[in-house]
Order: sequence, then structure tokens, then C-alpha cells
Amino acid sequence: MTTTTTISHGKGGEAPVFHVTDEPDHDGHSTVIGFWMFLMSDVLLFAGLFAIYAWLGGHYANGPAPLDDGHGSPLFHLPIVAVNTVLMLLSSFTCAIGMVEVRQRHVGPALKWFGVTALLGLGFLYNQVTEYGHLAEIGATYQTSAFLSCFITLIITHSLHVVGGVIWVAVLAVQALLHGFNDANERRAVCFSMFWNFLDITWVCVFIFVYLMGLLK
Amino acid sequence: MSPDTPPVDPIFGRLTLDAIPYQEPILLATFIVVALAGVVVVGALTYFRLWGYLWREWITSVDHKRIGIMYVVLAIIMLVRGFADAIMMRLQQAMAFNGSEGYLPAHHYDQIFTAHGVIMIFFVATPLIVGVMNFVVPLQIGARDVSFPYLNNLGFWLTAVAAILVNISLFVGEFSQGGWVGEPPLTGLTASPGVGVDYYLWALQISGLGTIIGGINLLATIIKMRAPGMGFMQMPVFCWTSLCVNALIVLSFPFLTIAITLLTLDRLFGMHFFTTDFGGNPMAYVNLVWIWGHPEVYILILPALGVYSEVAAVFSGKRLFGYTSMVYATVSITVIGFVVWLHHFFTMGSGASVNGFFGLMTALIAIPTGVKVYNWLFTMYRGRVRFEVPMMWTVSFMITFLLGGLTGVLCSIPAADFQLHNSLFLVGHFHNVAIGAIVFAMLAAIDYWFPKAFGFKLEPFWGKLSVWFWTVGFFVAFLPIYAVGLMGVTRRTRVFDDPSLQIYFVIAAIGAFIALLGVVFFLVQLFVSIRNREKLRDLTGDPWNARTLEWSTSSPPPDYNFAFTPVVHDVDAWTDMKERGYTRPTDGFKAIHMPRNTSTGIILSVLTLIFAFAIIWYMWLVAAVSFALILVVGIGHTFNYNRSFHIPADVVARTESERTRLLAQQG
Repeated sequence: MTTTTTISHGKGGEAPVFHVTDEPDHDGHSTVIGFWMFLMSDVLLFAGLFAIYAWLGGHYANGPAPLDDGHGSPLFHLPIVAVNTVLMLLSSFTCAIGMVEVRQRHVGPALKWFGVTALLGLGFLYNQVTEYGHLAEIGATYQTSAFLSCFITLIITHSLHVVGGVIWVAVLAVQALLHGFNDANERRAVCFSMFWNFLDITWVCVFIFVYLMGLLK
Repeated sequence: MSPDTPPVDPIFGRLTLDAIPYQEPILLATFIVVALAGVVVVGALTYFRLWGYLWREWITSVDHKRIGIMYVVLAIIMLVRGFADAIMMRLQQAMAFNGSEGYLPAHHYDQIFTAHGVIMIFFVATPLIVGVMNFVVPLQIGARDVSFPYLNNLGFWLTAVAAILVNISLFVGEFSQGGWVGEPPLTGLTASPGVGVDYYLWALQISGLGTIIGGINLLATIIKMRAPGMGFMQMPVFCWTSLCVNALIVLSFPFLTIAITLLTLDRLFGMHFFTTDFGGNPMAYVNLVWIWGHPEVYILILPALGVYSEVAAVFSGKRLFGYTSMVYATVSITVIGFVVWLHHFFTMGSGASVNGFFGLMTALIAIPTGVKVYNWLFTMYRGRVRFEVPMMWTVSFMITFLLGGLTGVLCSIPAADFQLHNSLFLVGHFHNVAIGAIVFAMLAAIDYWFPKAFGFKLEPFWGKLSVWFWTVGFFVAFLPIYAVGLMGVTRRTRVFDDPSLQIYFVIAAIGAFIALLGVVFFLVQLFVSIRNREKLRDLTGDPWNARTLEWSTSSPPPDYNFAFTPVVHDVDAWTDMKERGYTRPTDGFKAIHMPRNTSTGIILSVLTLIFAFAIIWYMWLVAAVSFALILVVGIGHTFNYNRSFHIPADVVARTESERTRLLAQQG
């Protein structure tokens, strides 16, 4: 709690002050720090998934491996992954521009940029779904091996976060249209942008540790 | 779902009437008793027209004090259930000698030891510490509520419905037989195809979610809402331990979530994380679950140590000895607690270096813990020690905990652990610290803060009896367990071959019954005190001549806790105020900004309960509908912007002048 009251400790002879007489309402002073803590726990959730992938990701059980899907081509398609990475990075950029507009309480421009962010997210999800379809087609399912269980769980957990982000920004858009970016909605936008950037960073980690290192093996 | 699973009914899934264990007399009798008790409670609530009151004042309340009290009530109810399990196990082990099979079939006995561990850790110890922290921390830091009042309510109800889920498993289907951490491959689909493990996984999933939410809330509260003047090094030690504990919760519970989610995926979709084929590895689960599990031990014990620090200082009439070292000791335990998890399975065979590292780290924790014990002793030294009930718990703890700590150091030596692993010696060790430190602390905390919560003290006579019976009962029950454990008897054994061991288990059973009397006397204490409440009434708000801010307000505190936010100049803020002639303000009150009650928490939690039950029984349609409803209600709540209100200045003035009148009346 921030207070501008000068506190007398009563050490220099003057009467000590034992209570504050005037204090402001304190809505939402903890929202951002609380959301940081939530993200911290979410980071650890992914840390657990990465750790499991590091441990079991090499257990192919005679099934598909990153460099060999069993049909003579690699399982990981780097071009699609590269496109997805670009989509995610771009979406963080548009989200950041949206935030600049939110700070100035410009509902229209902010929602325009958030809309672009959501579309990029949807594009990312479209590519992911296509990729899952391809995996299922060649029989590389999550029941095939520990490697595929870990890989698919990690990717789907990330995708579900993206789905959550898209739903979130859609709800936020409705709320911004209803009430503008008042204090509460601005805080929500701040949290959303933190969340979206976190998804982006997580994807970069997936890109490096799963795809690139998988293809190097 | 694995491909060879037979098709299930679209509505009822795999739930059929056979799931109700009416052929087992013990369960049937329990069910009848529980059902009758339920009817009586519901009838009484309806007869006395209390439903509306309960709904408005408690169920939908976002008041941290009421939520804290509800956590403690939940824990006490579940303590009775968990203790009943303990008594049943002790009886079984005392009987099953000389060719006798005892009275519990293996299928039932295995569920009992699993349920006992799960209930005691997740639904007794955890709600107790969370409840006490919830009640005490905002008052101690001079705050009027918490950072996220709605999430606080939601966290409680998630914990409560998880407890309900465990109890449903008693009468519909079965519970897990895989021990309290549920290690595969035993809990995998091949070895445990039934619903027991699914009940276990979903109960932990939901209560874990509730605990993380609560942890984030209290962490933000302590960081952001301390009264002016209260820097981190002016916080009471209980707040310090709470800060560390909630950091531990936020940092460790995600690993529990991961472990049980992946096991759920193995069971539900036939994935291969922890299976023994297709590249899965059960030890991956064991590592993940203990990365959470060991910090969990400190999550439970640190608030206990915080309670003792408060009690020792107040009842010795002295400032706590070595405040700074106490803080550093707490932080050290928090940090080191994260690098000891492997000592739960030295027998995995990680090699000398890895085992050596984790063994050393484990032994290292004894140092900050020792610092704390000396600090309490020095606090008592030359103090005017008043042997009220909380202080008696503290002294009993220091003696009991010393033994538990030392056997812990013994277990930390990897070479010794290969003999002690999975033995009853280990069971003796963790009950020694769980009962001697956590249970005693929480009973001390209830006794100490009860007058603050309800405005009257607890009858000391029955409390003292409870101390003695718990303490003696503990030693009688667990010293024989230590002894047979050292001889090599393994834990979770149902029937024994060697008749010479029987006497130890008979003595242990007698000890369990003595400790049971401790529980009974505690409940009697509550009952007698509520009946004699007028005689035990405390109007001062400070019945113990205590030292921290929560005692500066009335008992029970008004909804807004403090009419004016206090300003802090010292660790013992209230002692400082008393010594420097603080006078209570009697006018100039202003309207106070407070959070509004909400029913979203309980609605979401009940939907979550339905969702989990549906998944456990493969009722896919019900699961899909309840999940959709969770989303609708959860998102719908965000459209409510009207979440706070002001308590008008004249209401504050009236409440405060009523207190002035009561104080004057007392003289």
C-alpha cells in the first residue's frame, strides 16, 4: 500500500503516529503482481513438460523420430514451424502496439491491433491443427511412443494456451466496447499482453529445444 | 481412453449400480451413519432457517476471516475421517498375526492407507495451515482484506469439493490403492484399471488448483498490503513463514499438476509417460511428484514453526529471541527445501555423487531448523513463562520434534536409507514431524487465535488434557513403530508372519487410542467452551497480552478489521503501541472500501466437482456440458464490474462506539 503520509516515529519527542487517517480506495493494486505470480507458476508447468521431454523425448520405441517418420521423410517440418514462429513473433509485436493504444485509451485502434493479434494466433492454430492431422495420418499418435506422448502433450498444452488467449482477447474486446478501457479493462489488457508475450517466449523455447535440437540429433 | 476399452453408456459412462459397495458391511454401516448425520444437519439447518444466513454470511463470503474459519472447520471434519482410517489400520496390524488375516480384506486395507495419507496431507494439514494463514496474516499486517478476495473464496471451495470427491469415493466405486503419492506403474491403467486412482488424481488436481490460487492470493497480499511502516524486517515471524510458504506453493504445486496430469493422460488416452512399455518411465513420475512433494513438507511445517514463534514470545512475555536469524533460517529452509527431493528414492540408484549431494542438502536443513529451536529456548530463558494451552503445545512440540528431526537426519544418510527406505522407521519419522510439529502447531494456533475469531477463550482444562493425551499417545504409538521399522518391517503391510512382532503393534494400537482421546478432548473442549462462552468471554480483544497487530482490534474483529489502518514502528507493533500510550481513536471515522460477496466461487467449484466426477466415470456428455458451463460462469463473472462497496462512516462509528461501550463496561 502506498501512502504519502509522513510517519512520525515519536523518537524525537513528538507524538508517535499509530494510524493513517486518510487513505485511497485500493482496487486492483495487486492485479499485475498477482498475474506475474500466475505466469511464474505457468512457466514452471512448462518447465515440467520440457524436463519430461528432455528425459523421455529420445524414447522412440521403434516408432517415428524427428528425422524419420517411418515413411522416409522427417517428422518435423521446419518450414511450417518457421512460419508459425514468425506468426507468433509478429503477434507479440501487434499486441505491443495494441497496448500502446490501450494506454491512451483508444478503443478502436487498440481493438484493431488486438484483432490482428488474434488472427495471427488463429493462423498459428490452423497450422498446428494441420500438423496434428498429418501426424495422425502417418500413424504417429500419442499412443505410439513416449517421445510422441511428450511431444504432442507439450505442443497441445501450448496450443491450448493460445486458444485461451484468443478467447480472452475476444471477451476483452466485448468488454472494451461496453465500457472502454477503464481502469479494470486496462489492467486486463496489461495481463493479456503479459500472457501473450509469455506464449510467444514459450513457443521460442519449443522451437529451439524441440524442433531445432531434434533435427540436429 | 485406450482402444480396447469397451464402449460406455453415453450418459452414465461406466457407472452402474455395482459401483455401490453395499456388500461390504463396514462401508454400509459408515454410509448409514453419514447419511443419518447428513439428514440431521440438513434438517436442523432447515428447521432453524439457517440456509439464507449460511449462504449470505459464509458460503458466498469473501471475508478472509470467515474463509479461514471455513478452512479450519473443513480440516477438523476431515481429521475425524483420517483418524478413523488410522485407528482401522492400527487394529488390523495388531490383529493380523498367527495365521489371522485381520478384519480388513486387502482391497479395503490398501484403500484405507491411501485415503489416510491423502486426507491427512491434502484435507487436514493443508486446509489447517491455509485457514490459519488466511485468518491471521491480513490481521497481522494491518490489512482489511486480501489482494484477491474472490479468488480466496474460489480457492476454498475448490479444496472443499475435492474433499467431497474423496468422500464420494467411499460410497460410489472405490478409492486409490496406490499410496498417498500414487506412484506408477502400480497406479497405471494396467495395474489399476478401476476408478480408484481416477478419484485420487482428480481430487488432487482440484485441491492443488485451489491451493495455487490461495498461494498467489496470500503472496500478493503480504507483498502489497502491509501497513505503512511495516517493512519486510518488521513483519511478525508468522507472516515471514507465510510469505515463504506461499512462495513454495506457487513454485512447487505446478510440478504436482504436471505429474498427475500426465498420469491422467496415461490412464485416459493410453499415452506412455509412466508406463513400462513404449519408452515410458515410471521414475519420471516419482521425480516430478517429489519435486513437489518435498517442498510440500516445508509448506506444512514452516507455518507451524511460525505459530510456535508467536506463541513462545507471547507466553514468555518477551520479544522473540533472534528475530533476524529466525527470518534467515526460514528463508534457508525454503531454498534448500527445493534441492532435497531425491532423498525420497535414494534406492533409485542415481550413483554416489547424486545421492551424496541430496543427502548432504537434506542434512543441511537441520542447521536452520536447529537455529529455530535454540531461538525458542532462548526466548523462554528468563522469561515469565505462562503455561497456557498454546504454550504447552509448544513445549510438547520442542521435545517431540527434536526426536523427529534427529531421525530425519539419520534417514538423510544414503547408506542408512537403503535399509530404512520403505520401512516403518520412515513412517515413524514422518509421523513424528507431522504430528509433533504440524498437528501440535495447528492445535496451538486454534487455541491461541480462537478468542480473536469468536470473542471467547477455549476452556483450558480440556485443552491441557488434549495436550497430554496427544503427546503420550504419540510416543506410545510410534516408538514401537520406530523399533520394528529398524528391524526391517516394511510399511503398508497387512498381515505378518513373525508372531514376536505382535506386541509392538498391540502397543502401537493402544497409543493410537490414547491419541484418539486427545482428539476427543479437543472436540469436547470446543463443545464445553461454546456452552460456557459467556463465562469465557473476552472484551479486551487482547486476552493473552500479546504483541502483534491482530490483538489491537476487537474480538471478533469487525468486517473491516481496523477502523483506521495502523502505522507500524516495531516488529512487536502492538506491544510498542501499548508501551507508548496508544489511545484508541473514537471519532473521525470514514467510509471504508470493501469487497462484495460473490456466489461465483461455489458455483464454479460445484461445476468442477460434476466435471471431475463425470470424467472419472467416463460420462463424456456430462463432462462436456459441465466444462462448457464452467467457461460460461467463469467468463460471465468477468462482466461484473461492481465488486466493491463502502461501509458508510456512520456504520463504522456505530460499531466502534459499541466497542467503546463494552470496554468501558469492563473497566
